[in-house]
Amino acid sequence: MYKLSNEISMNLGDTSKKLSLPDKVKKDVMRNKELYLLAIPIILYYLLFHYWPMYGAIIAFKNFSPARGILKSPWVGFEHFENFFSGVYFGRTLRNTLTISITQLIVGFPAPIILALLINELKNKAFARTVQTITYMPHFISLVVICGMIKQFTSDTGFITQLLSYVGFRKQTMLNNPRLFVPIYVISDIWQHVGWGSIIYLAALTGIDQELYDAAKIDGAGRWKQTLYVTIPGLLPTITILFILRTGNILSVGAEKIILLYNPSIYDTSDVISSYVYRQGLLHSDWSYSAAVGLFNSVVNFSLVVFTNWLSRKTTDTSLW
Amino acid sequence: MANNKIKPSVGERIFDTVNVIFMIIMIIITLYPMLYVVFASFSNPGKFMMHYGPLWHPLDFTLVSYEAVFKNPNIWNGYRNTLFVVVVGTTINMLLTIIGGYILSRKNWLFKRPLSLGIVFTMYFSGGLIPFYFTVRALKLDNTLWALIIPTAINTYNMIIMRTAFAAVPDSLEESAKLDGASHFTILFKIMVPLVVPTIAVLILYYAVGHWNSWFNAMIFLTRSRSKYPLQLILREILIQGSLTEMTLGAGMDDKEMISETIKYAVIVVSTVPILCLYPFLQKYFIKGIMIGAIKG
Repeated sequence: MYKLSNEISMNLGDTSKKLSLPDKVKKDVMRNKELYLLAIPIILYYLLFHYWPMYGAIIAFKNFSPARGILKSPWVGFEHFENFFSGVYFGRTLRNTLTISITQLIVGFPAPIILALLINELKNKAFARTVQTITYMPHFISLVVICGMIKQFTSDTGFITQLLSYVGFRKQTMLNNPRLFVPIYVISDIWQHVGWGSIIYLAALTGIDQELYDAAKIDGAGRWKQTLYVTIPGLLPTITILFILRTGNILSVGAEKIILLYNPSIYDTSDVISSYVYRQGLLHSDWSYSAAVGLFNSVVNFSLVVFTNWLSRKTTDTSLW
Repeated sequence: MANNKIKPSVGERIFDTVNVIFMIIMIIITLYPMLYVVFASFSNPGKFMMHYGPLWHPLDFTLVSYEAVFKNPNIWNGYRNTLFVVVVGTTINMLLTIIGGYILSRKNWLFKRPLSLGIVFTMYFSGGLIPFYFTVRALKLDNTLWALIIPTAINTYNMIIMRTAFAAVPDSLEESAKLDGASHFTILFKIMVPLVVPTIAVLILYYAVGHWNSWFNAMIFLTRSRSKYPLQLILREILIQGSLTEMTLGAGMDDKEMISETIKYAVIVVSTVPILCLYPFLQKYFIKGIMIGAIKG
């Protein structure tokens, strides 16, 4: 019986394979003409602005000059990569990127979870909504304005510097002090995004089955125990997904905020891989070298996402794909 | 059973009080920096220079900083460029996002899977900044406002939100329309689009705010056309690079330095108020968007 059904399914597989692939495609195109037509602009966009740059990344292995173009520029193999790895910038940018990412992961990742849990515990729902509305707001302020505010407030006459001087800090232009860059970067990030980040957890909280709480109450669980045994487990899938994303992105600290905040006197602690690529490539026109640094970064990032995703699927059954 | 309200224990009451206090502190920490900006922008430049520490009200209320800002042609020009990018850019974004979301949500066509894979792959891997830069230059988009529109015409994450919304529409609607002889164009724009209006509203807002706030592409692509600078790039000059020469022209040497501080705050207000004014009305849509995005498609 088992064998028979196996044979049948094999035969079925054969008949459908009788149509060769080009024929199958032709038939499908005829049937879904319009879908293929609609797909053209989409495909064109991805080819032009995503796949063409991927092809263009081969300039990392060449000595590219715009006059000669990608194809005619001479090959140099791994020279640019070797220069990067043996130079002083590799260690520095890698260290700074990791420091910022890991600090953000440790301090910035739990912050919205905690805020969501605390908002959830508020008895007065109107007050809870007010807190939400207000804490979401900074998310929409542009990065340029945020960084302008940071610069003003932490200058030697800024009000934050002033407030800190009351508790014993030295008055200084805080952004000229290399040791203060990471705290300023991370704290301002939390200030701007903690409210917005909490939305997704609050949404997940509303999805937790109310009966679980009722059952826990019957078992005599107080609010703390309910949080520990019902709420947090209910949030875990969301936390896991976001954690995978974050750890996968551990080497991709964006250049934008860095460029707006740093200055040469604090490059030592603030220059990350992406800001280095920008400076070296677009300001100093060292195109192939910076393309190599960027490609290295892309490849590592991609591997990290794939790896963390695989690890998470193995251990927790939660994954991005 | 549920009506038997258990009296909160002492510990719980302490927690509730502390929690409320914590939230009030959160509100203050969030709002105060913004209030400070507003107060400073309305302050007398000279008095503000002499003042240290927190501000609780404008110092000697005056509008001089705003007058200087509104007299500045760069600000107006920046506003105009930004508005163009927001309106045209968002329109193109939405058109492509709707089309892309639709074709990716259709189940019975061969190309769906390879296309999805090819698109999702770009979320995790890119050629990097430099090749991207040269691609845009090769297409002759640099030093035009199109450099801020075409290369970012689709945000893949937003397109996936759109796809999820289309996929949630029951198949029966499409099938019955097909039986009536409707084409995919008709199905998409006459049947599907009206059903996903909330998602479309969310994405319009995401894209528009994104365009309003973006500056990096403008910085790298508009190197030789200052007249095309969007507002954020003008802001960067004023706030980050501290160049206010044109704005303080005409003021005396001492005044120049004094007014340059309060002008910065006035510029922040002028550039941020439009977004924050819309914010209370749009808030529910933004939140909806995050929730849609949270559903794994």
